[in-house]
Amino acid sequence: MTAPQERKLKIKGPVVITGNRLGDGAVVYRTQGRGWSTSLAEALVTTEAETATALLRDASANDIDAVGAYIAPVIVDGHEIRPGNLRERIRVAGPTFALPGSEAA
Amino acid sequence: MYIYDEFDRALLADRVAEFRDQIARRLSGALTEDEFKPLRLMNGVYLQLHAYMLRVAIPYGSLSSDQLRTLAHVARRYDRGYGHFTTRQNIQFNWIKLQDMPEVLATLAQSHLHAMQTSGNCIRNVTSDQWAGVAPDEVEDPRVYAEILRQHSTMHPEFSFLPRKFKIAVTAAAQDRAAIRIHDIGLRLHRNAAGEAGFEVVVGGGLGRTPFIGKTIKSFLHKRDLLSYVEAILRVYNLYGRRDNIYKARIKILVHDLGAEAFAAAVENEWRAIRDGALVLDDAVIADIASRFRYPEYDILPDESEALAAERSSDRAFDLWYANSVAPHRMPGYAIVTLSLKPVGAPPGDATAEQMDAIADLADRYSSREIRVGHEQNLVLPHVRQRDLPALFRALDAIGVATANVGLVSDIIACPGLDYCSLANARSIPIAQELTRRFRNLEAARDIGRLHINISGCINACGHHHVGHIGILGVEKNGEEFYQITLGGRADEQAGLGTLLGPAVPYEQVADVIEDVVSAYVALRARPDELFIDTVRRVGVEPFKERVYAAH
Repeated sequence: MTAPQERKLKIKGPVVITGNRLGDGAVVYRTQGRGWSTSLAEALVTTEAETATALLRDASANDIDAVGAYIAPVIVDGHEIRPGNLRERIRVAGPTFALPGSEAA
Repeated sequence: MYIYDEFDRALLADRVAEFRDQIARRLSGALTEDEFKPLRLMNGVYLQLHAYMLRVAIPYGSLSSDQLRTLAHVARRYDRGYGHFTTRQNIQFNWIKLQDMPEVLATLAQSHLHAMQTSGNCIRNVTSDQWAGVAPDEVEDPRVYAEILRQHSTMHPEFSFLPRKFKIAVTAAAQDRAAIRIHDIGLRLHRNAAGEAGFEVVVGGGLGRTPFIGKTIKSFLHKRDLLSYVEAILRVYNLYGRRDNIYKARIKILVHDLGAEAFAAAVENEWRAIRDGALVLDDAVIADIASRFRYPEYDILPDESEALAAERSSDRAFDLWYANSVAPHRMPGYAIVTLSLKPVGAPPGDATAEQMDAIADLADRYSSREIRVGHEQNLVLPHVRQRDLPALFRALDAIGVATANVGLVSDIIACPGLDYCSLANARSIPIAQELTRRFRNLEAARDIGRLHINISGCINACGHHHVGHIGILGVEKNGEEFYQITLGGRADEQAGLGTLLGPAVPYEQVADVIEDVVSAYVALRARPDELFIDTVRRVGVEPFKERVYAAH
């Protein structure tokens, strides 16, 4: 059986590698320098399936810094990188309502 | 309250030390994520969309005021100041750091709280009636048997690696407030013709991808045989349950595939070999466990309902709350009070640290230091003197937990949904929030009558949508949130699954459609006191479908 990461990947449009930071679960993105950043603006973006697969394999090889790495869609608008779907928007911005006890609640 | 003994305290301390070491090894890289994940799940730690979540067990929904203060402390010190009470009588903290987890669990353990059996393929936290021990309609306190099952199942090697998670609920009342028919095993304590108390055993209930209402495989099981019979069920499941396909691994699939009669026969066969062995619960064992439950020393009080009539007639808000949130108690002069965690516009089941502290103080003053958690995601003060109700109402109202909507249209069960959960396809909480705004008029809600709306953000059905009078299931279509709506489900003693109303509707239309469903009910009901669920049963979903889809 082929491992999920070895399967032929089809992507439509730009993607990034994302995961959660081990110590606190914060959302992080794979950067150009093979590190991780909590800022989507610093994420390494690719539109190539082969590149994305290689980046994911590399990111998953060491699971000390980040866990559960996967490929997520983004929208690139000039120099701005935005999450590509609702799930990823929520991962960036948090729940879509005011948290209990917050001033906005 | 159940009082833990030295064995329990030592067990919790050992468990905290063990997990502390496992976390340290994970953070140092000595354990990989693949190695660590099953260990953290055994301690109730999940990784959600944007943080770790810790699920803390509240066995059979009973909390002391000190335990609630500890939960408030954890929320304030280690989380973002709130917690979420779940449909399994647990509490979830959504933002706890992995590196803080050992301290959190050590803090919880000091109050005899823990996160064992809140995750993994084991026997999960055993749930019960939130009115257990105080309900006038119960045979005896079902928590005694929930506690026996807890003690037997905790770290039991034979039941720590089941094909899939395993949920048990126990009730002893005529009215099923514990939703036992949607559990892997549901136990209903009742009396037989001879007046003896024993269990009806229901097996194979469950929701999720393939929902089933449980089947009764034994109508009367003597209390002495509880452990051996449950163990026989688990052995049959352990032996024949599927491990090759996670979607077919729950006992409900096995019961369905074998048929209830064949399953029951297999259990009987297994049971014959063990029923007279070490698992027999003799009266002394039951009495010993029962003796560790502490009950208040109730005063001899007169029934105060007439005295409260003046207060009710002069204060409409109190009157609405009294009629909605106060239930009869088995002791004269006392009442059971439900605290709504469903205020208008708020996430269902959430409570802030300040609310938890305040409720703990009110429990000290008015409820013999005890609080209960119900599967509908509300709290209960189980031992309130009727004469204290006006003062208690004002205090509860001041902290936002006296909305008179218990059991009404805005008392919505909702899972965390896509706002937190990595399994979800769609959001649940914002749908619930909008519906509470649409149905904020309590007089109108009272006219609508009992109506349960249950919302799940994915097919795993943590929001019990299949058994909502109105069920709402979030699905994803081409990257957009859509919602399937079912009518006519119920989780009580007449449990049944809802029927699909029609095509899924987009996020923006859900609240409008639900308003139309409720309007259709008001138009279709045979008389003002015919409940929603009875109207659906009488007329089916077609008349609703015609009215709702004609409008959209």
